[in-house]
Amino acid sequence: MSTTRPAPHSTGHIVDDETVGIPSFEASGGDWSDIAEEAARLGEERIVVNMGPQHPSTHGVLRLMLEIDGETVTEARAGIGYLHTGIEKNMEFRTWTQGVTFCTRMDYVAPLFQEAGYCLAVEKLLGITDDVPERASIIRVLMMELNRITSHLVCLATGGNELGATTIMTQGFTAREEILKIFELISGLRMNHAYIRPGGVAQDVPTGGVEATREALVKVEHYLRQLEDLMMANPILHLRLKGVGHLNLAGCMALGVTGPMLRSAGLPYDVRKTAPYCGYETYDFDVPTASTADAWGRVEVRMEEIYQSLKICRQALDRLDRTPGPVMVADKKIAWPAQLAIGSDGMGNSLAHIKEIMGTSMEALIHHFKLVTEGFRVPAGQAWQTVEHPRGELGVHLVSDGGTRPYRAHFRDPSFNNLQATSILCEGGQIADVVVAVASIDPVLGGVDR
Amino acid sequence: MSDEKKDAAKAVAPGTGATAQSTTEVALEAGAQGGPEVARTPLDVVDVRQGLFGAHDSGDTSGYGGLVTTIVMPGPSERPYGGWFDEVVDVLAELLDESGTGYANAVESVVVDRGELTVNVVREHVVEVAQHLRDDQDLRFELSLGVSGVHYPHDEGRELHAVYHLTSVTHSRTLRLEVAVPETDPHLPSTTSVYPANDWHERETYDFFGLVFDGHPGLARIEMPDDWPGHPQRKDYPLGGIPVEYKGASIPPADQRRSYS
Repeated sequence: MSTTRPAPHSTGHIVDDETVGIPSFEASGGDWSDIAEEAARLGEERIVVNMGPQHPSTHGVLRLMLEIDGETVTEARAGIGYLHTGIEKNMEFRTWTQGVTFCTRMDYVAPLFQEAGYCLAVEKLLGITDDVPERASIIRVLMMELNRITSHLVCLATGGNELGATTIMTQGFTAREEILKIFELISGLRMNHAYIRPGGVAQDVPTGGVEATREALVKVEHYLRQLEDLMMANPILHLRLKGVGHLNLAGCMALGVTGPMLRSAGLPYDVRKTAPYCGYETYDFDVPTASTADAWGRVEVRMEEIYQSLKICRQALDRLDRTPGPVMVADKKIAWPAQLAIGSDGMGNSLAHIKEIMGTSMEALIHHFKLVTEGFRVPAGQAWQTVEHPRGELGVHLVSDGGTRPYRAHFRDPSFNNLQATSILCEGGQIADVVVAVASIDPVLGGVDR
Repeated sequence: MSDEKKDAAKAVAPGTGATAQSTTEVALEAGAQGGPEVARTPLDVVDVRQGLFGAHDSGDTSGYGGLVTTIVMPGPSERPYGGWFDEVVDVLAELLDESGTGYANAVESVVVDRGELTVNVVREHVVEVAQHLRDDQDLRFELSLGVSGVHYPHDEGRELHAVYHLTSVTHSRTLRLEVAVPETDPHLPSTTSVYPANDWHERETYDFFGLVFDGHPGLARIEMPDDWPGHPQRKDYPLGGIPVEYKGASIPPADQRRSYS
């Protein structure tokens, strides 16, 4: 490396020494036939098409570099990094509790899984895994399974939309909306919840929350039946999805592909069963699989997983009815000092807590201040925690140096890993099948790039 | 900051430095694992902190400034490790001895902490260890969940760590391989020949930490632009950020705010 480094800029120059003389085209919509004519006139045998990073069918800012021969894809590469926001680095400069507000923004379609994985890892480092109240674990399971439903609905809905089936999209998003209302009711936010905290959850389910969730699940199931009727016997979907994006079990294992993609190849591998957390071993549910190992099998698996998640949600709601108790560990050195409450000016610290710290107990005020500004200390060491994310196995690697902030936080995002399969899924197929194959991976670029 | 830590780590290294005698004793006591004194391994000191409250930018207003705390990473464990850990290490040792590499040459130490098994491997043999872990029928760690890096600037000669997370679907087990390399020579062999899944993970670790995985099919940056200078996740790389004006007050960026450790 030379001593004078170039100033960083967002993307490399398109024109440099290596690309001089190579004709390039920029498609801006409606001009495809002109480009095709010009390309045919030039008679180039090798044509490389950039699909994305701004393309409605690539699930966000994914860039696909396709080498094509007519309509056949001969080589496919995925380029990522367009949504890299340095969340892992940022987490090293915030307290352990504040880390939740960062990691929830990684995979924004399934935020509660990052929160849960991160908090379970922090609890493992603190050695308080068994002290987390049962009610908090039940609420975590409920929230995660609701989130799994919304995430799978987004996958099915956008996957259908990319094939031109807008009704699948509207139906999926309508069902998802019911659950987002429940998220707002319970956590206060539709996304980026920061609801699961080290030691428990931020606040208990509000009065009437359990009933509202029960009612919402009825509606969700109603919409889901309609979606299933619309999709599962649809001859167009069968023709577009069957046999497309094939990846067998050996390929999945070699590429570290987990989640619905792995289960569509026939292996019932699910972290909720193999290494249970949050008490998943006590819930009654099945791990659906398919044997086709293609995009259609993944739709079948996701559809069935939504039903299994509904089943778990109902069990969790029943348990919430009969399990009272706190939703945060009893250890006041770790538990967030205040509970949230709704006041006349919106949500904030409960008035009872404010009254205590401001009016009656100076020690309580000092304690609140220290825990909020400094945070708690976590004994030195490292921990690895995996949870079953809607897209596969999410791994959280945390290192503590005994301080109030993570020394290193790494998230093994399942979509980051699964995108490696893009080439093997797409090569040899048609360009139109690339859209189907990528949709069957269901990548969320916020999680991929972090 | 990192210089401070380096000094501290030197000061508490066993048998050196008479100036920090009290610290050395504290550290040795903290690191004593019940083994014989001669076999004592150097402590993996992360930090030596003064005072009770973790604040660095103010004077000793509390009177607790004289307190010294040595932060040590969990050290090597003694047998028995417990559970299936012994079996896995035994099988691995047998395989490494059979192949002529030798267990002692390949594995630096075994750490059991918080119910997790970490095997510290010498970089030359990481591919062979991974191969055995994947292929032997009693080990069968078929699924690699990727590589992550950690930068310990104070850990002289072993600044950069690559951490591999392996899972056995067959036996429902998880373990961690850890390889430490110096910052001045950040090379280690690529494991993509054993676990193709590590392709992008190694690219990411290269991108963020500058660990060079020799033999990787295309070790290019993956998250940052190709011409980006530096490796952003290293501890000496600044977080960046600008002060934010809010209602007349200026709020400094996160890495320049008052912080506690």
